[in-house]
Amino acid sequence: MTTPKPLLDIENLQVTFSTRRGPVEAVRGISLSLAEGETLGIVGESGSGKSVTGFAMTRLLDASGKIAGGRISFRDRDITKMTSASLREMHGSAMAMIFQNPRGALNPIRAIGQQIADAILAHRKISASEARAESLELLRAVKIRDPDKRMNAYPHELSGGMCQRVMIAMAISSNPALLIADEPTTGLDVTTQKVVMDLLASIAAERGMATILITHDLGLAARYCRRVVVMEQGRLVEEADALTLFRSPQHPYTKRLVAASPTATSRVQDLVTDDEKLLVPAVPLAPPPKPAHGTPPLLEVLDLVKRFDDGTVGVENFSMAIAPGESVGLVGESGSGKSTTSRMICRLLDQTEGTINFNGQSISHIPARDFHRAPQRREIQIVFQDPNDSLNPRFNAFDCIAHPLIRLLGMRNGAALRQRVGECAHRVGLPANLLERFPHQLSGGQKARIGIARAIACRPKLLVLDEPTAALDVSVQAVVLQLLDRLRREDNLAFLFVSHDLNVVRMMCQRTIVLRNGAIVEEGESHQLFDSPKTSYTRELVDAVPHIEMIAAEKMAAGA
Amino acid sequence: MTTLGATAIRAARRFASSLPALFGVLIFTFLLMRVLPGDPAVFFASGPNSGKEEIETIRKQMGLDKPVPQQLFLYLYDVGRGNLGRSLMTGQNVTKDLRERLPASLELTFSALLIALVLAIPLGVLAALKPGSLVDHGVRLFCALGVCVPTFVSGLLLIYIFYYLFGVSPDPTGRVDIFTTLPPAHTGFLLIDFALAGDFDGWWAAFKQLILPACTMALFVIAPLARITRASMLASLGSDFVRTARSVGLSWWRIIITYALRNAILPVITIAGIVFSTMLGANVLVEKVFSWPGVASYALDALLSSDYAPVQGFVLLMASVFVIVNLVVDVLYGIADPRISIG
Repeated sequence: MTTPKPLLDIENLQVTFSTRRGPVEAVRGISLSLAEGETLGIVGESGSGKSVTGFAMTRLLDASGKIAGGRISFRDRDITKMTSASLREMHGSAMAMIFQNPRGALNPIRAIGQQIADAILAHRKISASEARAESLELLRAVKIRDPDKRMNAYPHELSGGMCQRVMIAMAISSNPALLIADEPTTGLDVTTQKVVMDLLASIAAERGMATILITHDLGLAARYCRRVVVMEQGRLVEEADALTLFRSPQHPYTKRLVAASPTATSRVQDLVTDDEKLLVPAVPLAPPPKPAHGTPPLLEVLDLVKRFDDGTVGVENFSMAIAPGESVGLVGESGSGKSTTSRMICRLLDQTEGTINFNGQSISHIPARDFHRAPQRREIQIVFQDPNDSLNPRFNAFDCIAHPLIRLLGMRNGAALRQRVGECAHRVGLPANLLERFPHQLSGGQKARIGIARAIACRPKLLVLDEPTAALDVSVQAVVLQLLDRLRREDNLAFLFVSHDLNVVRMMCQRTIVLRNGAIVEEGESHQLFDSPKTSYTRELVDAVPHIEMIAAEKMAAGA
Repeated sequence: MTTLGATAIRAARRFASSLPALFGVLIFTFLLMRVLPGDPAVFFASGPNSGKEEIETIRKQMGLDKPVPQQLFLYLYDVGRGNLGRSLMTGQNVTKDLRERLPASLELTFSALLIALVLAIPLGVLAALKPGSLVDHGVRLFCALGVCVPTFVSGLLLIYIFYYLFGVSPDPTGRVDIFTTLPPAHTGFLLIDFALAGDFDGWWAAFKQLILPACTMALFVIAPLARITRASMLASLGSDFVRTARSVGLSWWRIIITYALRNAILPVITIAGIVFSTMLGANVLVEKVFSWPGVASYALDALLSSDYAPVQGFVLLMASVFVIVNLVVDVLYGIADPRISIG
């Protein structure tokens, strides 16, 4: 297929944002082109300018963002010089966008059928009932069950994946030639992610739409795009065929990114490239201590049950054990009960039935409300998911780390406390001069380090990690995972590692438990479990994660 | 419909939960009146020189010689039977007085709220569409002036301009010209009653009487309404779903009205409810300036003459209105926001 003129051609695009601290250059001169029906991935970490590029292409930038230079031609018309009337005409009918956070992207007080009909009526002069019939058709096309009933549903009555399907239906309602998807599946479960992406890909292929997939996930881009470009700090650093990029990255940044993205075969120590390893103190890599047989488990959970007040069952008959120094992963989709379980184990939530023994003593009889006074509180500490919200905004880094020492160990302000906090900060690699800073003055990775330093401050024996890296960029995640793994080996810490990212769990945990609807589906040694799953559900989970060999095979099969 | 049912249940629950508060208000006002200085018996005796016996007789007639707990008990018993007592000032039942005056206050307050909303919402929307622009600053100035100028000043100013200088308004004395024949009272709202009677001259006369005090009151409350409209409109214009609406090419009007404003109006409903209850009871100055025969000026007169029953009745009335307004706001909110009725 030869197309003389590309559908979209970007030349030296520059975007600046005016902020209180002066102008910020978000995109510093990128050039791209896209043919009709082509699929392109734009990959980068937060702050790389990938989303801004997407918004610039559709002229949907915030009021503070300005296209400072360059040209974007779409079907030979320069978008940067379009009037708002012709932009409105183009939006939806020529190019449409799919956003991150699907629930927020839909009007919360308007029925979804109505919203799709709005999008149709914006471009075609048809009657309201015809538009309604057509939105029903679109709901069917995006495979929403009971579309007749769902027509009158509001976004809050639908799951995140459903909302994203509705968003897709809206975007394709006027058959645009270009579909831009900005992190369309971030925040969705892996299986949902696969279903939504497959749907998006098949719809785009069916209707011959060109797609641009903006994502932080290299694997996702490799799976669904033919060509991938990598952005760093507003610049395009590399552009290549998806598989080539994955197998032999050229630019140092791309190399780092590829290395940091956990795959089915990666090990924690491989997550950073060689040039970076020099920056981090060398970690002695002793083989993981095998728990000797006969040692009593550190944590023993027996028949744990949680029923909520409205009668729904959160967790059912959950039993497990963790040996000292062992790391156990807990995986499952949202609603599987993994967070509920971990909260009961670290005594933030009361169980309905069952016992939890820690170091041979029962802790399940202590109500969650009173557990902060129990001596075991020091021994079981938590690293939370969101490094921003889990730090008190009025505490500086020092106070955050000192807080458990003062409250749980009864340490007083003074040299001893300062020394201990300094030690913790050093262990997590947080420079001492950052201790005076407040959370908003720190980066995501630094905040994650504070959260870890706080958790290890009292020298616990068990660390419950609730999606500790879910909010971090892959390169930051790589460093944090290495840090956690080192700390575990050094202190003989036991981990209960809750995550939805199977590749991370496979790397970090010796054993893994798969949860579904509050019950254990499968458990076993991590590599074995992921390499040869025994249940169909685990297989489904594993298959939903894109990995390079599978992608290569798929692309071969597709005749690429 | 299930949503309607859910809303009704929620409203009923809210109402039931506010009954103890109403009861508390009842007792508190009763005690407050006994604590305040001033003896109604002295006040209502024939003159300052009346003898001690005369005052004692009046006191006995009014039941003030009994101990306070017994008085309270008797009072609660009466209120329970719907009897709020008799006003010494007017010589009528308080219930009857309030029933005559409440429509006047309600009509004035409703009109004022309507004017305020009609002005404030577009102003807030305009200001939000171009934050930091001349329009935004103009709206801010107008709102500031409205709040800064006390109602008795703005009221007098309006009278001066429209009655004295231009002579377009009738003299500011009450709801209607004394020579106008009143329509049969159906609702007590003159505008509605005149319209029902088909008397459009009368309607126009009542409207002219109403418009100045209503504007005076409206001026004072435009500020909070416009500011909250602006703030919530800004939030919803910056929201993801408005961006989505733009990304599929909806028309400007659709985006502003259907998408942004409908979401932004939710907090405005809440504020409007609060503004309404405040206006109804607190705008005694407007009623005084325009000789409006409303409940607030009635309560003030009663308070000045230590007339217990009307003041107590008035406070109870205001508390009930407050409860009802909150209920209405709740129901409106439930209708406007589908997310509420679920929870």
